[in-house]
Amino acid sequence: MDSSAVKLETKDLKATYGKVQALKGITMKFPENRVTAIMGPSGCGKSTLIRCLNRIHELTPRTKVEGEVILDGVNIYSPKVDPVAIRRRIGMVFQKPNPFPTMTIYDNAVAGLKLNGLRNKTKLDALAEKSLRMAFLWDEVKDILSKPGTDLSGGQQQRLCIARALALEPEVILMDEPCSALDPIATAKVEQSIVELKKEFTVIIVTHNLQQAARISDYTAFMYLGKLVEFGETAKVFEKPKSELTEKYITGKFG
Amino acid sequence: MTILVIIAVILAVIPLLLILGDVFMRGAPAISIGFLTHLQKPPNVSGGGIANAIVGTFTMVGIASLISVPIGVAAGIFFSEWATTKVSAISSFMNDVLTGFPSIVLGLFVFVIIVYPTKQFSAFAGGVALSFVMLPIIARTTGESLKLVPITLREASMALGIPRWKTIFRIVIGTGKNGLLTGILLAVARATGETAPILLTASTSIYFAKSIFQPTASMTVLIYNYATSPYSSWQTQAWGTALVLILIMLGLNLAVKLTIGRNLAGTRTEL
Amino acid sequence: MRTAKLRFRLLRGDKILTIALAAAALFIIGIVVALALELFSGSSSSLFKFGPSFLTGSKWQPSNNVFDALPFIYGTLVTSAIAIIIGFPISLGIAIFISEKLKSHLTFGYLLGTLVDLLAAVPSVIYGLWGVFVLIPLLKDYVEKPLNKSLGFISLFSGHPFGYDFFTAGVILAIMIIPTMSAVTRDVLSVVPSSQREAMYSLGGTDWEVTSKSVLPYARSGIFGAFILGLGRAFGETMAVTMVIGNIPSISSSLFSPGATLSSIIANQFGESTGLFQAALIELGLILFFVAVLINGLANYCFGG
Repeated sequence: MDSSAVKLETKDLKATYGKVQALKGITMKFPENRVTAIMGPSGCGKSTLIRCLNRIHELTPRTKVEGEVILDGVNIYSPKVDPVAIRRRIGMVFQKPNPFPTMTIYDNAVAGLKLNGLRNKTKLDALAEKSLRMAFLWDEVKDILSKPGTDLSGGQQQRLCIARALALEPEVILMDEPCSALDPIATAKVEQSIVELKKEFTVIIVTHNLQQAARISDYTAFMYLGKLVEFGETAKVFEKPKSELTEKYITGKFG
Repeated sequence: MTILVIIAVILAVIPLLLILGDVFMRGAPAISIGFLTHLQKPPNVSGGGIANAIVGTFTMVGIASLISVPIGVAAGIFFSEWATTKVSAISSFMNDVLTGFPSIVLGLFVFVIIVYPTKQFSAFAGGVALSFVMLPIIARTTGESLKLVPITLREASMALGIPRWKTIFRIVIGTGKNGLLTGILLAVARATGETAPILLTASTSIYFAKSIFQPTASMTVLIYNYATSPYSSWQTQAWGTALVLILIMLGLNLAVKLTIGRNLAGTRTEL
Repeated sequence: MRTAKLRFRLLRGDKILTIALAAAALFIIGIVVALALELFSGSSSSLFKFGPSFLTGSKWQPSNNVFDALPFIYGTLVTSAIAIIIGFPISLGIAIFISEKLKSHLTFGYLLGTLVDLLAAVPSVIYGLWGVFVLIPLLKDYVEKPLNKSLGFISLFSGHPFGYDFFTAGVILAIMIIPTMSAVTRDVLSVVPSSQREAMYSLGGTDWEVTSKSVLPYARSGIFGAFILGLGRAFGETMAVTMVIGNIPSISSSLFSPGATLSSIIANQFGESTGLFQAALIELGLILFFVAVLINGLANYCFGG
């Protein structure tokens, strides 16, 4: 591991989904200002993992979370911590683009800020432009900011959702297969913005696309059946995987 | 077989055309400005109107809305956002049982709890009775409309660090507000046309009610009384009142169609 | 945090909201419970005095303070039966027509559907008004008198037709429940997957065979639910019935004799009732309550609540 600090880490994280034990004790560290990819076959628990990182998993009925998730030295699952405040520091982009249908492009971008009480128009305008630029969407929408968010194409909507998450200036950005609903051109644009993002943020991205992981991530984690099988620098994991399971997955023998 | 089906359709459409046609034709002669603005008069005196009945209906529907809209919307939100709780399941089931309940039983209920103890028929009691007619409709349509809002929008909002109550009010209700409005309008239309519950609780009156704690006339009770009377001038006025009522109902239903464009599946609330 | 100050919304807002909303939901449960309790309390003197024989006796004499429910249970059953016998096939016909035949003429189907829905919006008292001045003379002269003349030896059609009778009440109820039943049936039929129909067509079925052997059986439970809903509506209808049924508590086998239903007699006599008379009327309301709960409960069970 290079000398970057640890931004976020989990300690023996367990999670259930009804009767299913989705995470069986995950302990790992996410380096600051790097892109970490989490991959694995369907059902391995990768989505559950990142949904535990911003405490979204517990919003689903009949779920339970045990263990620790530590952000800058503080366990976010401790009873003293307000999950709502955590979610402003750890942002999320979902698999299917989900802009708010009753809001304009502008309002979507600043939704997090407005609904959290920010009223100053100058500041809102500045943050809207900044986050839309970071999502590589500004040039395409700067003249149509008052159009409904849902007027955009799928790829543009997803970049809008990224901008929406960025506007809150979080420290960590979680992405749950953000490109799986997009075509190759839109995917390329999103990947372009992800690579830029790590300059200011820590990015954790779940993907089932091996080439994508290889393209954009600095570190890769491989999960299987709720357990962490391997974690390391992406180049090393892909060229010289330590586990046989990892090797089988990478060479396409399953998943 | 096709012929039978066509006959069925014709048989169903004819009464509608007859009823609407009769209401318009027999009611139109009775309509005038005076009809809408004067008080009721005895059958052999000319110049009678239904002003107090119109005001009475609006008053009671107004009282009913003030009670049923907040409680109904609140319950509907609970049905949708806390759907997995036992309280929600039981309440929702009871609410469905209450929807389309024989309204005369609701009238008896309000009679026993308000009219009998106070020894007073009143517009207030009538409004309360109507609120029990409106409440289940509003709760149900609110619940159904909010359930249609995709879960992913709630998650997106929560992921932005927006607390749950704000997520519900700004995002969920914001997205589902058309359905809510529709339900309220449908409930208002339903209450405007009700007779039995207010017959037993607000009774009737030939004057404007001076306060909501006095009996009051209403359009529907007036139609009932005038239609079953032996006086032809009153009978004509009954048709006239029916016309006014139908026009109000059509107006409300038009408002609903404009709000939602097409009928939403599963929101049949005339049950 | 690097942005401007973001106000900190505490969990307090969430807790208050949950309690307020739950209170509204509990209020609804409370209404149903209170409804039962108050009806019991209001009818207590009658319940106490007449006991179970209230349901089986047939004397209703306010002047003698003797009250029984059977004539009204009978009236409710008879009028609802007529309403269903006439209304259910017609509703089914409309629903089949709109959903199967008019699939290629969507606008016409939409118009027809809207027309039928409009019927549902007409208030009961206006049906009653129309019933008194238009339907009764019509039925009396063109249906009841002829039937009475030619088939009067059958007890169903015997007696002296006045127009204010079970038959007219049943017909008006039929007209009133058709919109509800056909709308629900239409919805039920529209969700039958087209693969069902296609399978039948590919076996060489005619339109009617496809409908009767494939679509209808598939939608069986939904259609039954619509049937129950129509029944529920018929049981509870008050104003239109009270204006055309005559409100004479009598049990007669003739369709053309006047009668009364549970709801119609309450509307008709409650205004002048006091004491035991009033309690007896409230007890009729109690019976109606249980019937309504049973039927509505059953209907919702059919549709999964």
